[in-house]
Amino acid sequence: MLPPDEPLAEIACTVNGRRVAGRAPLRQTLVEWLRTELGLTGSHVGCAHGVCGACHIRLDGAVVRGCLVLAVQADGSAVETIEAATGPEVAALREAFVAHAGLQCGFCTPGMILQAAELLQREPSPSREAIRDHLSGNYCRCTGYHQIVDAVASAAAALQSGGVEGA
Amino acid sequence: MTASAIGRAMPRPEARRLVAGGGRYLDDHAERGELQACFLRSPLPHARFALDVAAAKTLPGVEAVLTASDLAAVCRPWRTESRSFPGLVSPRQAPLAEGRATWQGEPVAMVLAATRAIAEDAAEAILAEWEELPAVTAPEAALVPGAPPVHPGSETNRAWGATIGGGDPDAAFAAAALVVEERLVFTRHTGVPLEPRGALATWEPGTGALTVRLSHQMPHQMRLHLAEQLGLPVNRVRVICSDVGGGFGIKMHVYQDEMAVAAAARLLGRPVRWVSDRMEALLADIHAREHVVTARMAVDAEGRILGFDLHDLQGLGAYSVYPRSSTVEAISVVRSIGAPYRFAHGRARVDSVLQNKVATGQYRAVGAPVGCAVTERLVDKAARARGEDPLAFRARNLLRTAEMPWVNPFGAAQHGMDHHAVLETAKALIDLPALQAEIEAGRAAGRLLGLGLAFTVEYTASGPAVYGAGHVAVAATDTVVATLEPTGEISAQASITEIGQGITQGLAQVLADAVGVAPEAVRVGAGDTQAAPHGGGAWASRGAAIGGEAAWGAGRALRAQLLEAAGALLQAAPDSLDIREGVVTDAAGAARMTLAELGTLMLFRGHEMPKGVTPGLSATFHYRREQDVTLANNGLQAALVEIDGETGLVRVLRHWMVGDCGRVLNPLLVDGQYRGGVAQGIGEALLEACRYDAESGQFLSGTLADYLLPMATDIPDIALAHVEVPYAGSAVGAKGAGESGTCGAPAAILNAVNDALLAAGGGVVTELPIHPVAVLRALGRLA
Repeated sequence: MLPPDEPLAEIACTVNGRRVAGRAPLRQTLVEWLRTELGLTGSHVGCAHGVCGACHIRLDGAVVRGCLVLAVQADGSAVETIEAATGPEVAALREAFVAHAGLQCGFCTPGMILQAAELLQREPSPSREAIRDHLSGNYCRCTGYHQIVDAVASAAAALQSGGVEGA
Repeated sequence: MTASAIGRAMPRPEARRLVAGGGRYLDDHAERGELQACFLRSPLPHARFALDVAAAKTLPGVEAVLTASDLAAVCRPWRTESRSFPGLVSPRQAPLAEGRATWQGEPVAMVLAATRAIAEDAAEAILAEWEELPAVTAPEAALVPGAPPVHPGSETNRAWGATIGGGDPDAAFAAAALVVEERLVFTRHTGVPLEPRGALATWEPGTGALTVRLSHQMPHQMRLHLAEQLGLPVNRVRVICSDVGGGFGIKMHVYQDEMAVAAAARLLGRPVRWVSDRMEALLADIHAREHVVTARMAVDAEGRILGFDLHDLQGLGAYSVYPRSSTVEAISVVRSIGAPYRFAHGRARVDSVLQNKVATGQYRAVGAPVGCAVTERLVDKAARARGEDPLAFRARNLLRTAEMPWVNPFGAAQHGMDHHAVLETAKALIDLPALQAEIEAGRAAGRLLGLGLAFTVEYTASGPAVYGAGHVAVAATDTVVATLEPTGEISAQASITEIGQGITQGLAQVLADAVGVAPEAVRVGAGDTQAAPHGGGAWASRGAAIGGEAAWGAGRALRAQLLEAAGALLQAAPDSLDIREGVVTDAAGAARMTLAELGTLMLFRGHEMPKGVTPGLSATFHYRREQDVTLANNGLQAALVEIDGETGLVRVLRHWMVGDCGRVLNPLLVDGQYRGGVAQGIGEALLEACRYDAESGQFLSGTLADYLLPMATDIPDIALAHVEVPYAGSAVGAKGAGESGTCGAPAAILNAVNDALLAAGGGVVTELPIHPVAVLRALGRLA
């Protein structure tokens, strides 16, 4: 229960395709609001200072760091999280991450998939170097990245050959 | 005959949940009515303090502000002791420091409030008077006469020391044709699992039961310590580790803050949650591998290694980590010295010193990266002094399988390893002639290229004697309970824990083969002390080598039970029956009944079972390895690096690893372990450092902008090859795989950088991580 003096703001936005309305402390980050108020725990807080990328979400279609956006800034926006992230790129990436063991503990994976999907939307056949460049703001401490790059390259190939069913 | 599940590259079913955003880590759980905790931590490395919490307590939304005396009412202090380290100096610790903080980041007060933000506001509102005391941070300063004591009243900052060795090192060095020497400095770094540590504790009034969710590698160990410190019967304490977002050794210790959360829940009767933020994590998670090693190696006229003589100065921090003791890392350094090679004489002097810093502890590969880097640097130096190819020098000195079992002068035992097979496999993997031509051509064009090699030996899957001999309560035996479901599936619980390495999938594959079912029909759970049997959890790369044996034993025992029951039903001798792909067959493979039919009969239509047939649906196997204190694995790593002569930055262009972890349960998962380990080793070599200001002792690496983790662009593709020499002393034959990547990468990078520097007519670098300034100085391009 919040104390009466905590400043709050009204938020009305679309989250994963549904209209939601609520209040959030002014100082609460978007990722914390999504996690605690909406129970969307798929976006993770790895550093809370904008370096690790585990909190990536889509805000009006753009991938952003959920720990660097305040919840109130999402007012009037469309938010999409890993739980409901749509598009053929995400579907292909999910399959490929599993098949190539592009994850171990999985904590970075939601952010990694959203970030990689953004690349594949722009660049259907990225080189391994381009994949590494695009993912360089997302830390993974488990895999050493090689099998993540394998997964993204494989997802790109699957999308190119039409072998993925869109979400 | 059906295909073996062991050895199959199978994706993990659990991964599907994680890619969907369905992971359930510590912070994804909540209890109704919970309080959010935060800690006031010492801003100084050493200080006396007095706290006035009255104002903080009155802030709206604050439930309580606790200090040491509050928690002392419900929580006993603890002290690190081990018969393996007699005389170890490590004072008692309590959840919160009382009156004096001995390291920057030590928790001194705890706020419980409606939100974390309010708790942090209140922590700032605590009126704290700090009286700064002299501090020791650099290990070299700790033993200087007149150094301020880390703990007032102690005569020395030497927490522990010993001389270890054998043979006649003085005679060996006197007789040597060549002696090479180096002083190598290893800077502290830390594990940085992406999910931070934390705790969510719930106290059940009336019964006095405590449930604690942790992000931890060893739930049963923590259950024991929580019960002990809080004075509870151990069977009233439940620890649950659900999805764990990486561990790497960081999450295997008893931390003051986690204990404080449990104590506060008990004291207040409310659920209490605390999750470390990243700045706290960098400051207060254990650090590792702070060593200054001065080492020399004696070589005879034929280029044979005679022996090693070294001094290892190890920084422990303010306490030796509980319960395992930080000194284990120095022992791990010593037994890694010279490990792949034949030598008869050795002497290692160890001084483990106290400092006003957070404790160091067992981080992935423990002391092996240090011992490997020291050894491989000396080996390179000797080869160069002899004008010899570094690989040829190594090949001459590598132990041969026929010489094993081999125990070297440092007491390190090796058995059944084939270093020469690793060497041959690596030659094929790397294509050395082509690579050397590429390096020559690059150098001719002015590029600063270097190739570095490192042979590794790492002691994994520690047996009962490793901690047992010290009377430290660390389980090195493990148990699996396997159960046939009435639907024909197998469910199991393991005392090994899952921290992202995928071991529950590996154990499922072992169980599948042991029982005779498809691996898809097996699910293994772990991490909840109320469901999983007591055992060691995740440490020392033991999941496959120890957990795998427990799984095999449980699976075979269950199979025998099921065949006995089926035999009674089918009026056939059990040994005339088999179980294949979930079907009980006769010897010729003809189906007699499915396991689903058998399980249904046993569970729901027991009255149809013949009288006197007693086997049940569950089987338990407790695995305890009686021989071989540890299982050594081995490998070779190679790195090709390029130095930017303008900036001094080092780029790893290519990296190779050949590893032998015995029987590979699942190559997809082992490859991931190897590569992830290598990446951490590259970080250790080039980026990662917990730095403290030399004057003030202030921690300087408190954010991920200051503490540099390897990014995707820092790590090259890592080429792998496997040599598979199964451990002969077990049923499955696995040895540890999880840490060997980290073991050899720093040495390979160090040697590669020095190869590039020497080829350019420069000096060498001798400090990890390799700083661009040191590179430029070695090149003579910076004063």
